[in-house]
Amino acid sequence: MQVIEHAKIVQFIGAADGITGRKKLQKMVYIAKKLQYAYKEKYEFHMYGPYSEELTLRVEELCNMGFLQEERQDKGSYVQYKYQATDAGDHFVQMAQLEEASPALFTCINLMKEKSSRFLELVSTLLYFEHLPKEEQVEKLHVVKGKLNFSEVEIDEAYIFVMNLMNQRAIH
Amino acid sequence: MSYATQKLAEEKVFKDPVHRYIHVRDQVIWDVIGSKEFQRLRRIKQLGTTYLVFHGAEHSRFHHSLGVYEIVRRIVDDVFEGRPEWDASERLVVLCAALLHDLGHGPFSHAFENVFNLDHEEFTRKILLEDTEVNEILKRVSDDFPQKVADVIAKTYSNKQVVSLISSQIDADRMDYLQRDAYFTGVSYGHFDMERILRVMRPREDQVVIKSSGMHAVEDYIMSRYQMYWQVYFHPVSRSAEVILTKILHRAKVLSETGYHFEQQPNHFKGFFDGTFTLKDYLALDEGVLLTYFQIWMSEKDAILADLCDRFVNRKLFQYIEFDLAKDYVKMKELEQLFKKAGIDPAYYLVFDSSSDLPYDFYRPGEEGERIPIHLLMPSGEIRELSRESNVVEAITGKRRTDHKLYFPEDFLTADGKKKALKKQILELLK
Repeated sequence: MQVIEHAKIVQFIGAADGITGRKKLQKMVYIAKKLQYAYKEKYEFHMYGPYSEELTLRVEELCNMGFLQEERQDKGSYVQYKYQATDAGDHFVQMAQLEEASPALFTCINLMKEKSSRFLELVSTLLYFEHLPKEEQVEKLHVVKGKLNFSEVEIDEAYIFVMNLMNQRAIH
Repeated sequence: MSYATQKLAEEKVFKDPVHRYIHVRDQVIWDVIGSKEFQRLRRIKQLGTTYLVFHGAEHSRFHHSLGVYEIVRRIVDDVFEGRPEWDASERLVVLCAALLHDLGHGPFSHAFENVFNLDHEEFTRKILLEDTEVNEILKRVSDDFPQKVADVIAKTYSNKQVVSLISSQIDADRMDYLQRDAYFTGVSYGHFDMERILRVMRPREDQVVIKSSGMHAVEDYIMSRYQMYWQVYFHPVSRSAEVILTKILHRAKVLSETGYHFEQQPNHFKGFFDGTFTLKDYLALDEGVLLTYFQIWMSEKDAILADLCDRFVNRKLFQYIEFDLAKDYVKMKELEQLFKKAGIDPAYYLVFDSSSDLPYDFYRPGEEGERIPIHLLMPSGEIRELSRESNVVEAITGKRRTDHKLYFPEDFLTADGKKKALKKQILELLK
């Protein structure tokens, strides 16, 4: 039942103790999905990498329902959004009888939360091209994200980060 | 003359109810249309279960794919030709991408992908790049041509302007399906002045912009998207059929996993039930195949599968009520318990459906992390985002309209028989 998919998103944001930035939320769920955590939102490639309209709508629905709280932060040239699970949201997750976030997922979420949205954009884009050999992944990254000028150091860091997340999943 | 530039001896035309004629001069395009993977699209309806509500909506993805091709052809051959911002060497790749953008769709693809955890975009890529007739044709252009077409469709192609013709907030895909779906459903929404929009499209770096003099035509297009979604795409009765379809596939999968012996072996589904399917298995499916199985399964011993198939084939759909999850999620649990007590499995017969299950691409003016907005080209040469100039678009931009319904088989609850008091209690809760 689809209620479960709504509940998983509330749980995800709750486990992170709030997420700042729509782009960051999009990339975090995508990366978790690529690491085989059970999120069903469909992703397509868009200007900032993998993007899910389904997730955007689900988050809007959850805000309407009062299970998530959205806070607008005016940053001058742009508006940033912060999402947090509400008490009603926590109760909803309990009622949906969702298992608690596993230690591996909890760690994964919080490791991602510490990273910038630029870095998560890099990681998610590399994961989007994971079916390609590594060299071609990097080549493709430069084609689709040429203007962001990701350095070799950043790219290496991204691969290490993914390995770390995968190890966390394996350990737990 | 190379295969890429080879023209037919005589132009071919397809009669089309939306664009009047679809014109083909390129040998490559003609050959691709004749391939078996493209012909398969004739057997996949554009609007899935919508024909159960709007009986005219029997048009296929084949129609739509030709329509998208024709719109792009007109843009690149008529509107963009000779403009310095347009690279004419991209013509063939964008025409092929337009024609093939939906190639990976399967039968009733939304429900099918949902149950079997598939992605039609991945199948599009596979059909273009693996051992298929389409791949063989595209490879005759050049070895890397299939990959180029796949990249445009996947939106990972280096020339963003080319991508935006097929996939942006005002693209050939949407312009065709809005008009075509309006035509075949018979609704009066979905109409806008496409001729005007095409005339004011201009190629710019990384995107296609619209001359500001065409803003009102674009406003109509945005309103059409909005109205078609709520009136056609998210029609609650069509959603009811989709819910039942999803549950049929779900039930068949569960039965297979638990070793149930089907009267007639579901050979077409085997690979999807156990995850061992190949591209060939996928291409062997179409809506005719699925509907044949549904007919056969109406006689299965499993009562749930037989009932769900009977409901779909004979259009005995679920009833629905508006359901506010925020207020009623506790009631949902209660209903599930009561359904179980009444001997009605809530996993198949009590279904919550929300608008996020069928995402609608609301126009978004380029918020953080999202899609490229529609840009207007002002007389001064400045580029302005549409909702900053248009009060009409501004009024519906970012407005959150969501919809949630609860579907259930009312006939089970009103039928004479056992557990009358319990069923009455359920009906009270569902009021």
